[in-house]
Amino acid sequence: MISPMITLNVNGKDRQVDALPEMPLLWALRDVLGLTGTKFGCGMAQCGACTVHVDGEARRSCISPIGTLAGKKITTIEGLSPDGQHPLQKAWEEVNAPQCGYCQAGQIMSAAALLKAKPKPSEKEIYQALEGNLCRCGTYLRILEAVKKAAAL
Amino acid sequence: MTPRVAVVGRREFIQLTGLSAGAFIIGLRPKEAMAAAGEPFRFDLFVALHPSGDMEIVAHRSEMGQGIRTALPMVVADEMEADFDRVRVVQAPADDRYGDQNTDGSHSIRDFFEPMRKVGATARYMLTTAAAQAWGVPYEECVATQHVVHHRTSGRRLGFGELAERAAKVQAPDPKTLRLKSRSEWRYIGKGRTLVDVRDIVTGRAVFGIDARAEGMLHASIERPPVVGGKVKGFDRAAALAVKGVRHVVEIDTVGLSQGFKPLGGIAVVADNTWAARQGRTALKASWDPGPEGTHDSIAYRKELEAKASAPAKVVRKRGDADAALAGAAKRVSALYYTPHLTHAAIEPPAALASVSGGTCEIWACTQDPMGARKLVSETLGLPLEKVTLHVTLIGGGFGRKSKPDFILEAAQLSAKVGRPVKVTWTREDEIQHGYYHSASAQKIEAGLDASGRTVAWKARTAFPTIASTFDAKNEYPPNWELGLGFSDLPFDVPNLQLENASVAPHVRIGWLRSVANIYHAFAISSFVDELAHAAGADPKDYLLRLIGAPRKVDLKADGSDNPNYGASFDAYPVDTGRLRHVTEVVAKAAGWGKTLPKGRGLGIAAHRSFLTYVAVVAEVSVDAQGTARVEEAHIAFDCGTFVNRDTVITQAQGAVVFAMSGALHGKITTKAGAVEQSNYHDYPLVRVTEVPRNIHVHLVESEAPPAGVGEPGVPPVAPAIANAIFAATGERRRELPLGKRLA
Repeated sequence: MISPMITLNVNGKDRQVDALPEMPLLWALRDVLGLTGTKFGCGMAQCGACTVHVDGEARRSCISPIGTLAGKKITTIEGLSPDGQHPLQKAWEEVNAPQCGYCQAGQIMSAAALLKAKPKPSEKEIYQALEGNLCRCGTYLRILEAVKKAAAL
Repeated sequence: MTPRVAVVGRREFIQLTGLSAGAFIIGLRPKEAMAAAGEPFRFDLFVALHPSGDMEIVAHRSEMGQGIRTALPMVVADEMEADFDRVRVVQAPADDRYGDQNTDGSHSIRDFFEPMRKVGATARYMLTTAAAQAWGVPYEECVATQHVVHHRTSGRRLGFGELAERAAKVQAPDPKTLRLKSRSEWRYIGKGRTLVDVRDIVTGRAVFGIDARAEGMLHASIERPPVVGGKVKGFDRAAALAVKGVRHVVEIDTVGLSQGFKPLGGIAVVADNTWAARQGRTALKASWDPGPEGTHDSIAYRKELEAKASAPAKVVRKRGDADAALAGAAKRVSALYYTPHLTHAAIEPPAALASVSGGTCEIWACTQDPMGARKLVSETLGLPLEKVTLHVTLIGGGFGRKSKPDFILEAAQLSAKVGRPVKVTWTREDEIQHGYYHSASAQKIEAGLDASGRTVAWKARTAFPTIASTFDAKNEYPPNWELGLGFSDLPFDVPNLQLENASVAPHVRIGWLRSVANIYHAFAISSFVDELAHAAGADPKDYLLRLIGAPRKVDLKADGSDNPNYGASFDAYPVDTGRLRHVTEVVAKAAGWGKTLPKGRGLGIAAHRSFLTYVAVVAEVSVDAQGTARVEEAHIAFDCGTFVNRDTVITQAQGAVVFAMSGALHGKITTKAGAVEQSNYHDYPLVRVTEVPRNIHVHLVESEAPPAGVGEPGVPPVAPAIANAIFAATGERRRELPLGKRLA
């Protein structure tokens, strides 16, 4: 079976992916492009560990087939800021939010999409934006603190 | 512990850590000390200091969020007077030269606090001596402060980096005369510090087991028997191989219960990427003969456990005559508690990469037990231990699951079979349906109160499948250490006490999960304390304190209990009711115990000692019209003795509350026809941000007691505090977990 290359724009660069259009973006990022900052957790949009931005909006990459993403701008945790100095990344570090760290990229990407759309979100909007992101270590209170800090709330 | 301290060879250090040459190396070999404790090991090679002043400190314990890669290096740097900002932490590979690397049981700080202080103090001595020699002045006139040695009288200074080469030639100090800092001199120990990996984590650079990569690697997904010990009936190999990217289909022998950490077996699909492997796996359309466990059913099993908990069983601790005291009691209270199996559900599933070639095996894995994994691979593949290299990655949540190396052996076996590096990544469904489960349990407790309301008799029976059954089917009674997890170490001041344990056969693989048997024992005991308080017409906090009794050291041996006390001596770590009282009083005061709450709200309290740490929790819970419980606020008082990273203790305590809430409110693994019924986070839900209390207040007790556990002991008192709060809010007593009624 021959499938045409799919071009994905990831973190500002066009990348060729030799895979079926049904392949979820998560595995194209991790296994084909070697961008492992985006994590697998559930495969069915239950945990948010795989959250990336597609045209600036938070998207669960584990259920997003690459065939639907041609021409769209994909941003992963590696591309969130050129030098790792996104206000959320700084705030995360300042409040020492992570424990094991595994879910944190997804949490940050969900929060970043929120702050992009709503620089001064309400408490309710913060909860809504993060409700889809699980953390088994239970770092939620620190995450909320970091988001509020980054938004200067 | 009196470790012999020695400077070890540079070559050995470089071999082990891959660090660059030209560094001043120092290590510690406490083998004599540990041999005395009956556990021979040696470790060395912890610090490298470069002429530039940059340093590496080796972390030999696995990091899974408990902060050990930060805490133990903090201890070394503190005693060394090194500037922690100059330190890079390097993870040790699996190597017996590092001694015990099995990171479980909350004992990393307990076991390695003093040895790491000695490593640091030795380095400080050698650097100070080097400076004294350089200046030709007495050692006593020189002092090391923050990466610099000063000469007190002349004000001369030499940086650690400048001293590195000379210090490497200094004779190591006699450990007997080695001076450790006094507590007041500690610079880092006891203070809060950001985790060393936080920058890598927030930028996506941190490498977990699932992220490991090797040139030419393939990806595997394994279809395992739905029922443990099941056999393959049939599958469509051709269909799997027809999926784009699939390279191999490999059948692996299946194994039944009591096979330790041997993989379950099944059919592996090996492909160019994870998704292709999973597509191939679906195409297998495998069918199975369920085997002997195919009739196992959770509903029947619960009845069996409850029957066992309700009939006389083996006595494991006895004081006075509980039966006579029950017969003569003014009031009798009894209750039966049930808790289901649970699973770990760490967001990173088990994942490992292995490359077997030319008689060697190289592994990258998120393992809590590097040595155990290496040994299992070595034995199974028939490779000498030294031919198996294991690199320990960060662990994306461990909770006990990743101290079982079955998934690592899967990768090694597949790599050996296909001749390429292979990464095995479990799906969420695999993780939930093929785990090593936290035991289900039934417990019956009976008590007799006298006319004053005092508990004069306590008779309790616990029934649960033991972790030991995972290693030998004959083990239907738990070992003493497992009973010692919150059952046989009951600290209460009750004149007549009888604790019993029933034998139970397992039908799934049993394994430890964060705080282990303490979860169900604390749930039953602390729920029952609340029931007794109400039976006595007393305030639950007051009654809890009355049961704990006067400050004293509980002599478990006097009651015939052979309790191993988490492997620690009772001299250093007694069952100290004074400390249990203290955390109870602290948490009650902080939570405003006794305050008036609106209708439908209540406070619940529970206190529990585990992993040698004393914890008390007050939960404020609201219950809505549908009966759904919500934890509005929580207070947790935590006395773990001396601690290293204050912030880590606070976050571990907060995290423990959230982790425990998932089990208390939602967690339930059930089986039907031998197979686990849950499959992913939609039916094995974890607490989400919207369910978290508005605040979890941590009240950390300042203590000079020796260091005790931090990662696990926050968990046990949470579920009973919530259950007791539900009772306070509604008058409804919920005697089984999970407690939460979820809205559909």
